[in-house]
Amino acid sequence: MSTVVLLTLTGLGLAALYFLVASGLSLVFGLADVLNFAHGLFLSVGAYGTWWAAANLAGAGDSGGGFVLAVAFGVLAGAVAAAVVELVLIRPLYRRTIEQVLVTVGLSLAGVALLQAAWGADARTFPRPQWTREATPIAGAGVPNAGLLLIAAAVVVLGGLLALLRFTRIGLVIRAGVENREMVTALGIDVRRAFTVVFAVGGAAAALAGALGGVYFGAVSPGQGGSLLIYAFIVVVIGGMGSVVGSAYAAVAVGLVQQFVNYYGASGLGDVCVVALLAIVLLIRPRGLVGRLA
Amino acid sequence: MRRWLPFAAVVALAILPYSTVELPGIFDGAFNSPGTLQLLALCLLFGGLALGYDLLFGRTGLLSFGHALYFAAGAYGTDILVTKAGFPLWSAVAVALLGGTLLALLLGAVALRTHGIAFAMVTLAFAQVGAIMVARDPGRLTGGEEGLPITGLPDPLVGVANTVNLYWIALAYLVIVAFVVHRVAASPTGRVLAAVRDDDRRVSVLGLDPYRYRLASFTLSGALAVAGGVVYLLLVGGASPHAASSDLTLSLLVMVVLGGPGTRWGPVAGGVLFTYLDHRLTAFGSSSTVDSLPGVIGGPLAQPLFVLGTVFVLAVYFFPGGLAGLGRRLGPLRTVLVRRRPPGPVAPGVVEPPAADRDRPEPAHASREPAE
Amino acid sequence: MSAAGLLSVADLSVHIGGSRILDRVTFAVPGSGVTVLLGRNGVGKTTTLRAILGLLPSTGSVTFDGVPVAGEPTHRLVQRGLGYVPEDRCVFSGLTVAENLRLAERSDPPRYDDVFGLFPELAERSRQRAGTLSGGQQQMLSIGRVLLNDNRLLLVDEPTKGLAPRVVTEVTEALARVAERVPILLVEQNLAVVRRLGGDAVVLAAGRVAWTGAAAELLGDAALTRSTLGVGVGLA
Repeated sequence: MSTVVLLTLTGLGLAALYFLVASGLSLVFGLADVLNFAHGLFLSVGAYGTWWAAANLAGAGDSGGGFVLAVAFGVLAGAVAAAVVELVLIRPLYRRTIEQVLVTVGLSLAGVALLQAAWGADARTFPRPQWTREATPIAGAGVPNAGLLLIAAAVVVLGGLLALLRFTRIGLVIRAGVENREMVTALGIDVRRAFTVVFAVGGAAAALAGALGGVYFGAVSPGQGGSLLIYAFIVVVIGGMGSVVGSAYAAVAVGLVQQFVNYYGASGLGDVCVVALLAIVLLIRPRGLVGRLA
Repeated sequence: MRRWLPFAAVVALAILPYSTVELPGIFDGAFNSPGTLQLLALCLLFGGLALGYDLLFGRTGLLSFGHALYFAAGAYGTDILVTKAGFPLWSAVAVALLGGTLLALLLGAVALRTHGIAFAMVTLAFAQVGAIMVARDPGRLTGGEEGLPITGLPDPLVGVANTVNLYWIALAYLVIVAFVVHRVAASPTGRVLAAVRDDDRRVSVLGLDPYRYRLASFTLSGALAVAGGVVYLLLVGGASPHAASSDLTLSLLVMVVLGGPGTRWGPVAGGVLFTYLDHRLTAFGSSSTVDSLPGVIGGPLAQPLFVLGTVFVLAVYFFPGGLAGLGRRLGPLRTVLVRRRPPGPVAPGVVEPPAADRDRPEPAHASREPAE
Repeated sequence: MSAAGLLSVADLSVHIGGSRILDRVTFAVPGSGVTVLLGRNGVGKTTTLRAILGLLPSTGSVTFDGVPVAGEPTHRLVQRGLGYVPEDRCVFSGLTVAENLRLAERSDPPRYDDVFGLFPELAERSRQRAGTLSGGQQQMLSIGRVLLNDNRLLLVDEPTKGLAPRVVTEVTEALARVAERVPILLVEQNLAVVRRLGGDAVVLAAGRVAWTGAAAELLGDAALTRSTLGVGVGLA
């Protein structure tokens, strides 16, 4: 029983990580039709930003309030990086979808190489508060606190995103734009501002994922963004592009399948099953669970 | 005159290993030295791989992020059969080719039920499975992170002195790929693929099934990649996880875009150039020139992917047609130098647009979107 | 019809995929009343509206209120006071009626009284998701959106398409009342609606302007109607 509890909660922890990365990706795709390969870069910016801040920023450290400051720095760095990328690289290519994808591909290659140049290709230990290294007993299982932290963060972000979409004007523009971008323009609204907001918010969420992922895994490396990104893409497609709620459901499905199958089956089989899940969902419901298709 | 140019080039490349000409700065040794031949062979191989990928991307309009899977299937498949199961090379190659092509057919059949970005994602996901399986090293077959060196190759393919044989194999691969891709492109099937790429409603209206054509293109392109994987295995002496990585597919994409998608020789040029630069930049990165630069500049420059990624981004902005597009821009100069061939006949009912048009930004008021 | 007008279009041409949809279309829309854009199916009426709005690339000149606006981004053009009621309504089905309206707000204060006065049903269904509305209700919402603001001109594309006869009458009457206040450039296939709304007519054929004049004159001449529009007047 305790194994099931442990697997469920760690699975949900993974799901939280995927959701944080996928939510921004889903919105960016749903609204702007941009398949952002550089999203993994924002994750890395968040991770390295936090790592750097904990060591170098006054008032920041690896425990308590200092850690919160370090994470905040990382998240801010991610948001700024995303906004800059959108303004400088993506916006000039408005409506040229293939070129936009290509640019994000080039950016991801160059960006990872840049990180490698700055901090080396090897994994670096990540600063984290002592309590995140411990586990809490729940129903007889020792659940890693880092996982619980991830789940809490994801729930907060999910709530925040839904509130943004539901109650703010920019959220209204985003929701309408995901459905029909052209009509939003025809109502006299400059949709591009919404693009930048969505990029920045997505970048912030990914950066948070990077920072908390660093806590969870205990280390940070340049390639981490890329491998998580692939799972985020899978989550976005299963959940439906443009739907935050869809990403949440899909992330839970993916996280749980991965954990359970990897444990009860063979290691690595879980990942195969996730891909099989993707194939099945696409064959039955090309729109994804909730959102709209490419 | 121009029709014979490719043949002349192949002949020139074939006899290149007999030349003792040196190009200092470009190559580290004379043309007949193993080091140079190895690099050239790699360039030719990736030229062919890029051209095969372009069949999918530039000519059929399918953006696949999982091409490396078939490349890896060729490399690892043959490697495992020869090294672990003791197959003679030729039967191993045959089995790998067959198996890999079948894999492309099966996975393509599933993936092509989706379109656009979802398709790209599915192909990426499938390739990711391949990468994971290689890394996890099931049954100690793949050698995990370190890769699997190949043993049991026939003598003419082993040893530094025989690099020239591998060079010729790579050249043969490029020639075969070019032959296949150009034949397909010029055939009625090729025109249908072009139509599918641009607007598949046109194709359905003609009573043709776009799905079938896409699947055919996907399978053929995959088969060419499997063959490329085999050649790679021979050239490099083993299979490594890099062969299955998404980085490899992305590199292929960069090669094709840099060279000019949908053009005859653009992808080859892109593949050759990229491979050459990747190799030389690695050497350049550890050279004294870079060491003498301040860390902030020198650091990134030492990373080939940084330079290549940046060049790629710049190319997308300023040279959307790739190298081939550059050639077109020099058009007026070329007409003076070379007499143009008249355009060939086009199949009725299917209009083949010039490849350059696809990436051109919209004319006139460019739909009133602000160009900032 | 004055030469300048509120909106004037000159030499407007649109090429799509190698074929010329519009070929040097020239006409003017006066500052009051209804101007109807007529023509056979597929001749390019919707294309004309979209080109004016900048949703399609085009060449030629478009002048709104004396200001040349060709090349301007759509959202800025709309902010000048151009309202668009597209073919197929294009309401946002995931948003409620109230949210659809709120999204369209530009003027201060938005004229909800006008909208709900004309379409009381919208007020009743304000919390309802637009995707669950009937075709007629969606059309009212689509029209309501542009009435919220102080628009100088409305571009309305086939507002009665696919609607039941009773609803067609409702929408037509609503448009008649709107036209008293704001000029409308209307694309419409239903000739009974055209007859009811009156005004000027611009007929497109083969991508060009084939005939301009008073709508009543066009509809009164059966032979002319048949030759330009290919339909008899007694239908619909």
